[in-house]
Amino acid sequence: MALAVGCRARPGKGRDNKTGSWRVFKPIFDHNLCSKCGTCQVICPEGCITEDAEGFFDPDYAYCKGCGMCAEECPKKAIEMKQEEK
Amino acid sequence: MLGITEGSMAVAEAVRLCRPQVVSAYPITPQTHIVEALAEMVANGKLDADYITVESEFSALSACIGASAAGSRAYSATTSQGLALMYEVCFNVAGMRLPIVMTIANRAMGAPLSIWNDQQDSISLRDAGWMQFYAEDNQEATDLHYIAYKVAENQKVLLPAMVCFDGFILSHTYEPVDMLSQEDADKYLPKFAPSERLDAADPVSFGMYATPEYYLEFRYETDKALKDAKSVIRAAGAEFGKMFGRDYSAMVEGYQLDDAETVIVAMGSLCGTVKDTIDEMRKEGKKVGLLKIRVFRPFPTEDVAAALKGAKRVAVLDKNISLGAKGATALEVKDALYGSTIPVYDYVLGLGGRDVRKKDIREVVALAEQGKGNQFIGLRKEVL
Repeated sequence: MALAVGCRARPGKGRDNKTGSWRVFKPIFDHNLCSKCGTCQVICPEGCITEDAEGFFDPDYAYCKGCGMCAEECPKKAIEMKQEEK
Repeated sequence: MLGITEGSMAVAEAVRLCRPQVVSAYPITPQTHIVEALAEMVANGKLDADYITVESEFSALSACIGASAAGSRAYSATTSQGLALMYEVCFNVAGMRLPIVMTIANRAMGAPLSIWNDQQDSISLRDAGWMQFYAEDNQEATDLHYIAYKVAENQKVLLPAMVCFDGFILSHTYEPVDMLSQEDADKYLPKFAPSERLDAADPVSFGMYATPEYYLEFRYETDKALKDAKSVIRAAGAEFGKMFGRDYSAMVEGYQLDDAETVIVAMGSLCGTVKDTIDEMRKEGKKVGLLKIRVFRPFPTEDVAAALKGAKRVAVLDKNISLGAKGATALEVKDALYGSTIPVYDYVLGLGGRDVRKKDIREVVALAEQGKGNQFIGLRKEVL
């Protein structure tokens, strides 16, 4: 996105502001361990975890801030928080 | 039209001729006369503007932000503690790229409380992203307002400007000033026509937040715009000279510079005293010259280096000090001459209204000849 002079912006939605860059630790979902319970989706404060056609869950990294709550709550320990190099 | 006018009245009249649509200011000595005069002009119907009275300088400049963002030509004036209270707002104005022009009647910073002149107030805001012009006399102070608006509103620049003139020394002094006619002023300074403005029918926000992926780039672009403003300042100064006979195309101005061995660098009304001293010393056979800095931001580094290249030594006068370091001009001049063998000596003087006399300038020249810099001039050792 090119810069607007004076950091001026047109009205938009919260989704326009991608928050993924705030992340330090990135949640990596292991579908082999996942029981498809959906706890991660329920607990995610960003609401960025969606269910795919097979019933697995994945975060949208454009918005995931890396809070780690999904990994903490996952009953199968199928989510690992890995430090992200940027 | 030539008239004998008090500096503040001349500035107020020049501001009126610039046709600001919104004026918001808070009175503070020695700037008060300017905004009082403008309030009177608005009340008497001589200036078609909204005059917004506010409870503080913070609000004054904030009101100007709203006005400028809504597409109005906005004006304020302040000094010293008032400018310090605007500190946060000043950075916002520049970041939002709003071409507000503000007069600074330069005054010392407290504590201790001092209503008298030096240039600490505006110098301390040199990093805010505003252009800074410094006037030697009231003619220059008035003329710089038209130029400031013209440059600030240029689409390549879009940055605010401070026109700084020494409090009391200029603001309260009666001098002959040649005032433009409204017709001439309009010809030089067309209406403010921003490409983007606050409009409920077509909403836009100014100065939104920038995440770490964008902030650095915003600062780079603002810095670039301020540096690129140099060519716009030169062109606007030249156009002013072409139209009215007073040329401001140079960001620095030499006086008796060609064969000068000792070159004094100074800003503001101090330059008049330095020129008089140079005239006397030249008669005595001393090769002394002056480099006057008219524009401090953007700093004309290349112009300073080029103007000083023939000097044997340089003596920089500062009516300010970056406490714990040096006067701000000295630091800039040293940067401009980095890599050359020309010695630069720095002197702090005239703080808080202390008169700078010809004998002080002579002392500076003598000290520079002895290779002694890094000094306060006129210190009263008996009270230390």
